[in-house]
Amino acid sequence: MAIFPPKERIWWNTPVEKTEVMWVTIALIWALVMFFMMPYWHLTGDQNLSNEAYKISADAYAEKTEKMAALYKVREEGDTGIPVVAPPAGSDVYMLGRLWEWWPVLELEAGKTYRLHLSSLDWQHGFSLLPENINIQVHPDYEMVVTVTPKNPGEYGIVCNEFCGAGHHTMVGKIYVK
Amino acid sequence: MSNDFRTCPDTGFKIHLPADKLIKWNAVTAIVFLLIGGIFGLLVALTRWPAVHILPPDLFYLALTAHGLDVLLVWVIFFEIALLYFTSAVLLNARLVGPKLGWLAYVLMLGGALMTNVAVLRGDSSVMFTSYVPMQAAPDFYLGIILFAVGALIGCGLFFATIIVAKKERTYEGSIPLVTFGALTAAIIAVFTILAGAAILVPTLFWSMGLIAHIDTLMYKVVWWAMGHSSQQINVAAHIAVWYAIAAILFGAKPLSEKVSRFAFLLYILFLQLASAHHLLVEPGLSSEYKIFNTSYALYLAVLASMIHGLTVPGAVEAAQRKKGFNKGLFEWLRKAPWGNPVFSGFAMSVVFFGFLGGISGVMMGTEQLNIIIHNTIYVPGHFHATVVTGTTLAFMALSYWLVPTLWQKELFLPGIAKWQPYLFGIGMALVSTFMMGAGTLGVPRRHWDISFADAAMGFDFPAAAYLMMGLNGISAIVAALGAMIFIINMVGTLLLGKDKVPAAAAPEEPVAPAAPPASAATSYGSAGTMEVPGTFVLALIFLVSFILYYFVNWKYLASVWGLS
Amino acid sequence: MADPGTGAPPPETGGDTGEPIPFMQQLLDNPLLLLFIGVVSPTVLYILWGLMEIVAIPMAQ
Repeated sequence: MAIFPPKERIWWNTPVEKTEVMWVTIALIWALVMFFMMPYWHLTGDQNLSNEAYKISADAYAEKTEKMAALYKVREEGDTGIPVVAPPAGSDVYMLGRLWEWWPVLELEAGKTYRLHLSSLDWQHGFSLLPENINIQVHPDYEMVVTVTPKNPGEYGIVCNEFCGAGHHTMVGKIYVK
Repeated sequence: MSNDFRTCPDTGFKIHLPADKLIKWNAVTAIVFLLIGGIFGLLVALTRWPAVHILPPDLFYLALTAHGLDVLLVWVIFFEIALLYFTSAVLLNARLVGPKLGWLAYVLMLGGALMTNVAVLRGDSSVMFTSYVPMQAAPDFYLGIILFAVGALIGCGLFFATIIVAKKERTYEGSIPLVTFGALTAAIIAVFTILAGAAILVPTLFWSMGLIAHIDTLMYKVVWWAMGHSSQQINVAAHIAVWYAIAAILFGAKPLSEKVSRFAFLLYILFLQLASAHHLLVEPGLSSEYKIFNTSYALYLAVLASMIHGLTVPGAVEAAQRKKGFNKGLFEWLRKAPWGNPVFSGFAMSVVFFGFLGGISGVMMGTEQLNIIIHNTIYVPGHFHATVVTGTTLAFMALSYWLVPTLWQKELFLPGIAKWQPYLFGIGMALVSTFMMGAGTLGVPRRHWDISFADAAMGFDFPAAAYLMMGLNGISAIVAALGAMIFIINMVGTLLLGKDKVPAAAAPEEPVAPAAPPASAATSYGSAGTMEVPGTFVLALIFLVSFILYYFVNWKYLASVWGLS
Repeated sequence: MADPGTGAPPPETGGDTGEPIPFMQQLLDNPLLLLFIGVVSPTVLYILWGLMEIVAIPMAQ
């Protein structure tokens, strides 16, 4: 029994029953399939996060974001005072997270590709694009660049899903896709 | 020295009295923290039930922090320290080396756990279990965890010392028992966990005291998860050791193959801890090579190990049952198993839920790209409630139904209701996991007070199904909490009010807590040899098919979202 | 089955033959060696590799 020491002095050489050998083989094959799915998707799939990232100070990132917002602002979002920004397709698009908002609101075009930059000015935040359910961690002092291609027109919410203090549950942003 | 020992009337083990006492105190303390953590957990679930929404936001985040710490660290690790002493000193018929250090470990762990709890309850340290910088808790929050970890490290040290000294003093011959080997695996992972924890929490403590100016958020996360995730891998190794122990205790089951089972544990020792990278798959700046290698435990070799245990544990039971004559068809051995015995029912559900719910979901969301559609949603707690609660906690409960009456030599306080308890708790918790995972696929965030965003400037409308599932989650949590409460009452009642056990030989009929198999069966040992386990193989294939289907369904789902590159 | 304390082979009493213990069994019977590889493997592959990648992240222009 498993609660007593093995009775045989040498148990390593005891033959293994064939059901077990079969199962170990099948499981190993499945393990390898799952492993190679990841590089395979990098080659053929359309959803891979880039590894492009930079160290950056909060001030420098805020400046870049504000510059873009001033350049491409089209209106304000309701009475929130937050600008809605419609940068041209293919351009660098900046969004920042801070206690407790995503800034600014973006307006993108379906089927077009953008270089979306993400960073935080204070604590860690979770960029959760809904209802797509695309989730990316946002750090202060690091700028992550993700190339995104929105699929369908509509209004998308960005919920913060990394706990960021007392107002965490009010941190919601928006992306419009035309 | 021999008068430091007593002989267990049920099992024949020679039990070192100082070890006996330490095992009991650590196990009881564990159960007390299960109660405390469980109450916080119930409050969390009731707050996340939108129609009930019982706590205000500050108390919700406070309760969630306390819940995570008390059950993910304190409950399981106290119980695991008891298991380490049991699997070394008791199973090897040896003395526990350094019982005084064992008490030091106990005091440090208890003191640390209380200190951190006080810091959290004070309200200035609601930083969640993960305490991601630059969010800052009070210094005693970190200090408490550090003291707890130092205590646990001493406990691990005593385990290593005990098995080494037992070998020298020749209390056993040859290799350590497989169950002790599983516990050794858990202890090794624990040492890594604690060292990593020290490496990150000591600087964080200094930072909270103002002695260090800055802690890099990404580096914190890499090192913190070497502790945070590995601490849960201790549970995996420990509860699989418990599975083997229960199969042996209930059925006299022999491992199908010592070689295969121990090799599977070796794969854990080598690779299980790499899965800490599961938490870093959508972080900036880490390369795909790093993510893929680590998140897959190096080619999924630790998953291979889990799948091996998933066959060999029930396989050992099947072999033992067939030997007893339950040989009809594929599943007579399973049908005629003691489903009314909480040791068995808890064990069986632990194996099934850990594999089907916890294992499959864990591998799926630990896939580099698939993590994008899962990260930080409530799917994640759904997954780890399946692993840590229906897997680990249920296995520990099942073992307690045997261990507590045996160690204390008491009859179970409420044997009738004990038959139902594992079902109540296990199925309740399996539903909790399922509903959380369901809500997570709809994007419901974890650690979130209000998914209706009533106070927010902008909102997002979750579909009605998300609300429904969070409600069902709350109801299931009540069922599970009831099950946990019955367990705790039964255990505490057995200690305080349980009748002294009638010596096993004179027991009138089969007790609910099973007596150990007769000593004659206990002495024979060996691999099950040519015994075939077709029933288990069929079950394993069903598992594999579910695994493959679920895995690829999620790839299909991923393919439907926005392009990312 | 090296004795973890001294590295000397332990006395064998239950042994029916003098057949040497296979290497893998000796490894699995050596708790301190297992502890060593169980701590070093994730420290190098997970922690150190990860930290090196973070250090190598370039500054933004």
